[in-house]
Parts: sequence; structure tokens; C-alpha cells
Amino acid sequence: MPGPRTSPTASRVRHGLAPWGRIAGLALCALLTLGPVIWTVSTSLRTPAESFDLPPKIIPTNPTVDAYRGVFDQIDVWLYALNSTLVTALIAAGQMITAGLAGYAFARLEFRFKKPLFALVLATMMVPLQVTMVPVFLELKTMGLTDTLLGLIVPAFPTAFGTFLMRQYFMGMPKDLGEAAMIDGAGPWRVFRSVYAPLAAPGLAIVGVLAFNYHWNEFFRPLILETSTENLTLPLGLVSLQGNLGTGSISVVLAGVVLSMIPAVAVFVVGQRPLREGITSAGVNR
Amino acid sequence: MTNTEIRPVGPEPSRIRRSRRNRGTGQPRKASESTAATTLRTRGTRLLAVLFLAPTVVGIVVFTVVPIVGSVVLSLFQWDVIDDPRWAGAANYREILTDSTVLVSFRNTLVFMVLAVALQLLIALVLAIAVNGQMPKWLRSVFRSAFFFPLVLSAASISVVMKYLFNQDFGPVNWLLGTVGVPSVPWLTSENGAMAAVVLAYVWQQFGFSFLLFVGGLNNIPKEVHEAASLDGASGVRKHLAITLPLLSPTLLVASVVGIINALQVFEQPYVLTAGGPGDSTRTVVMVIYETAFEQLRFGEASAVGVLLFALIMAVTALQFRLSRRYVHYQ
Repeated sequence: MPGPRTSPTASRVRHGLAPWGRIAGLALCALLTLGPVIWTVSTSLRTPAESFDLPPKIIPTNPTVDAYRGVFDQIDVWLYALNSTLVTALIAAGQMITAGLAGYAFARLEFRFKKPLFALVLATMMVPLQVTMVPVFLELKTMGLTDTLLGLIVPAFPTAFGTFLMRQYFMGMPKDLGEAAMIDGAGPWRVFRSVYAPLAAPGLAIVGVLAFNYHWNEFFRPLILETSTENLTLPLGLVSLQGNLGTGSISVVLAGVVLSMIPAVAVFVVGQRPLREGITSAGVNR
Repeated sequence: MTNTEIRPVGPEPSRIRRSRRNRGTGQPRKASESTAATTLRTRGTRLLAVLFLAPTVVGIVVFTVVPIVGSVVLSLFQWDVIDDPRWAGAANYREILTDSTVLVSFRNTLVFMVLAVALQLLIALVLAIAVNGQMPKWLRSVFRSAFFFPLVLSAASISVVMKYLFNQDFGPVNWLLGTVGVPSVPWLTSENGAMAAVVLAYVWQQFGFSFLLFVGGLNNIPKEVHEAASLDGASGVRKHLAITLPLLSPTLLVASVVGIINALQVFEQPYVLTAGGPGDSTRTVVMVIYETAFEQLRFGEASAVGVLLFALIMAVTALQFRLSRRYVHYQ
């Protein structure tokens, strides 16, 4: 590396600490951060007798997947996973469509009340879900959507943040492209469909990954809306598993946690970059 | 489809193409064409805008705007969903403002907010500055991923895990503290311990959010600034206090605003970890809204608590922007 960063004095002054001390400190913090997850996975593989062992052994002495069998015996994992997948996938797809369309309209189309409408969308980003939840619940009740998966899906379609993100995304694209297409005789729909929409794929991926992550883990809305056992999503099923705490082993509960983590971890591995970008711009733009 | 809509007003597409051929590439051409393009745009565009915006705007009106108004209206009635709503006026507010559980929940939420946000920002800032220092690229991305990882997990399920971690007798947290000589802490069974456990569980999951913001903010600070300071003989800590912090202040503002808004809505951690107890020591405002509405079916009172929470969030955010005017420096 060129420049003053490599010179020993500069780097000492710059960081305050010698690099190895700083890196060791960071490694310790990373270990503490991942510790609970490592402990969860390892305990889920222990026998009930060993589950309370202290100091906790990272590698179980008698590894077993009995706990995972226990989860499937006690709750209908497949059904809850299916519910969660259905809800999450439909919301993610729906948000990509609504945010893509609205973001494009705000970025590239001319129409009356554009500014006040956009201000309205921005303002709703600030409104906490919990404040509107009681009236939303009553609305869904009159629509007959309480205790249905649809009641979970439909209200989540409009996304103020996604709309904002997609607007920024479309604004970043060169205007000339659309103008050239228009000169070649393309109408506004063609310009969107053939020129800008294909370019928006990475931005839509951010919206989709954020939506997937958020709604897969969602707890509050399903807790309020879903009362029948067959409509539960995975996080709810899991907390109900914990109700058996007194009798069952913690390995079973933790095995359930691990099972519910798998898709989130998959999204983390595959969608790490879009997720990071989404979170970073969440902060930068708010 | 859109072409047929355009044709009646705008010039024929073929004519635009011809004009382009005729005039070549000059300034005058551009002007005339942009008027043609504007006519085109205003026409098909309006319908398209309506179609494109409809799902989002209708959704936001139905599921956010109407419910906000609904909350305020509902807070003036007494309603259990079964009988007809009864006008209550300010009675709901009078009731909740004298209800000790509600008052305690507001106090708990504010205490939680201060502790959680301060801790979260401090940890995130120190780690972001450390990660921003000199080290191999792969190592940097390992650290970044590690600190960011808890964010992708479900707050509810991780709270289930935390309940075991914080167990006084067999929990790994006390065991770990024991190895450095700290006596056993009654995390979930004492009032202060429970609040501390809820804060720690929340911060553990959330600090990655501020961390990512800070890493982004630090990358935006030009290197020359630090180099100049080093040449002037500024020491490490002093340099961060005198230079990094002011330059990072816009990011700090964003991180604290988002952090505060999120912290005031905390629910999963206290709900799963402590169920609000012991006593009411970790009962938060959102838990009270949930219990009042969906367990006791007192929708009017629940809405009144919601309106107060909303007012609190707005007030805190406004105050923060006000204060920040003095302390936030934009480059």
C-alpha cells in the first residue's frame, strides 16, 4: 500500500493502538457477537443431559440430532415454514412491484400533486407500526382478513422506504436513455418497460432482500393477527415451543431456533451486499 | 398500447424521427425536440403515473393515514369490539395518565431508550473506527460480516436464546462473568437485572445497524484530513474526538434518530425474555398497547396510549433535530 498509511509512525498515530492489539480486540468482540449463535447451534446438538454443561463445550461429546426430531414431533414445522415462506415471498414480490412502479413515477413521470404525494410517502416512514396497529386490526376485521395469511400480506405491500429507495435508484439513471427511446417513438410505458425497468434489477433486489429479511422474522403483526394454530408463522411457532420449557429439554427449543434461522442465514450469505446497501441507505436517507 | 394514446395530440413518432434526420445534431434541434418530447410525456404519462402510484398511495392511505386518524378518533371512545363504541372524550387519557402500569411503562421505555441507544452507538462507533484502521481486506470483511450478522436474525427467536443465556444458575453469561470473578447476577429475577438483560439482548442484535452506518460515514471522510492532523502532531484519541466525531456528526445524527425511534418501539425482547417482569419493571409502552387492546379488549384506551407514544416519538425526534443544529457539521 502506498502513501503515509504504511509508514509506521503515521499508522501508530492514526490508530492510537498497534494494529495487532486492535485486531485482537476486534476478534474478541466478533467472538462475543457470534457467541450466542455458536452456543445455540452446539447446544441443539447435545443430549438433554449435557445441555446445561458449563463450561459450554463447543463440540458436543455425544452429538445427536434427537432435538431436531423433537421439534418436528412437537410443532408442525413444515406447516409454519410453508406459511412463513408464502407470506414472506408474496410480500417481497409485492413490494418489489409496488416500490418499483411508484419509485419510477416519482423519479421520472410528470403529474400533478407529485410533491405533496411524495411528502406523504416520506412522512409515513416515520409512523411506527405499533401506533397504527389497533385501527389496522379493526380494518382487517371488517374486511374479514383477521386470522388469515392474506391479512398479513396485503397491508405490507406498500412500502414507503422501498418507494424512496427506488426513486433514488431511478433518479441515478441517465435521462438521455429514455429521451432517446422516446425520440425513436417509444411511449412512456415502453420507455419504462424496455429501458429503465431492466436497469432497476439491483435496486429491486435490495427491496426484495430487505423485505424478505424483515418479514421472515416478523413477530408483532402475526402475534396480533393469527390466532388459529394452522395460521402461525415460524417465529410464533417457536415461541409456542418454548412453552414446553418446563418439561422438554432446551436442546429442542434451540433446535427450533436453528431451523428458523436457516433461511435468514441463507439470505445473509446470498444477499449480504444488497442487505448492507439497503441498511446503509436506510440510515443515510432518513 | 401507449402509442395509440399519444397519437391524437403529440406529433407522429415518424415525424420526430424525420426531424432528427433532417436537422442532424445541433442545439436548435434539441430545443424543438424537447418540446415534442414534453407533449409526448404529459400525455401518456398522466395515466401511467396514476396506474403506477395507485397501489402504493392507496395502500398507504388505507393502512397508515386512515389508521392514524382512526387512532386519534378511537382514543376518544370506549370500545370492546362487542358492544357499540361509547363516547369517552378525554376520559381515556385521564385514565391512562393515572394508571401506574402505563406511567411505569413510559418510564421503562425512556430508561431503556437512553441505555440502549447510548450503548449501541458507543459500541458501534468504537468498532467502526477500529475496523476502519489498517488491516488485510479479507479480515476487514470478516469483522464487518460478524458484527452485521445478528441483524438478520429474528428478534423473537434470539430472545428465546437469550432467556437461557441469562439464566442465573446455568446460563453461560453468569458462567463467563464468573471466570473473571464477577459474582452471580440475578439477570431475569431482579428489576435492574431484567432491564439490563433486555438492554443487552437488544443492543447485541441492533448495534450492527449503527455500525454499518458509521463504517459508511467514516469512508466518506477524506483521508487528507487525518493526515494533516497527524502532521500537526495530534494523538490518536484526540484526533478522533476533535476531527472524526465532528466530521461524522451527520451520520451520528441519523444513527441516533433511527436508534431512538426503534428503541421507543421495543417489544420482542421484553415480551419473550421477561414478559414485562419482574413486577412491571420491563413492561414497555408497546407491550401495554398490545395487552390493553388484544388481551383486555380495551381498544379506546390502547389507542390513547398509542397516540401518546406517537407524540413522544415526534417530540424526541424534533428535539433531537433542534439540538443537532448546533452540533452537526456538514462538510
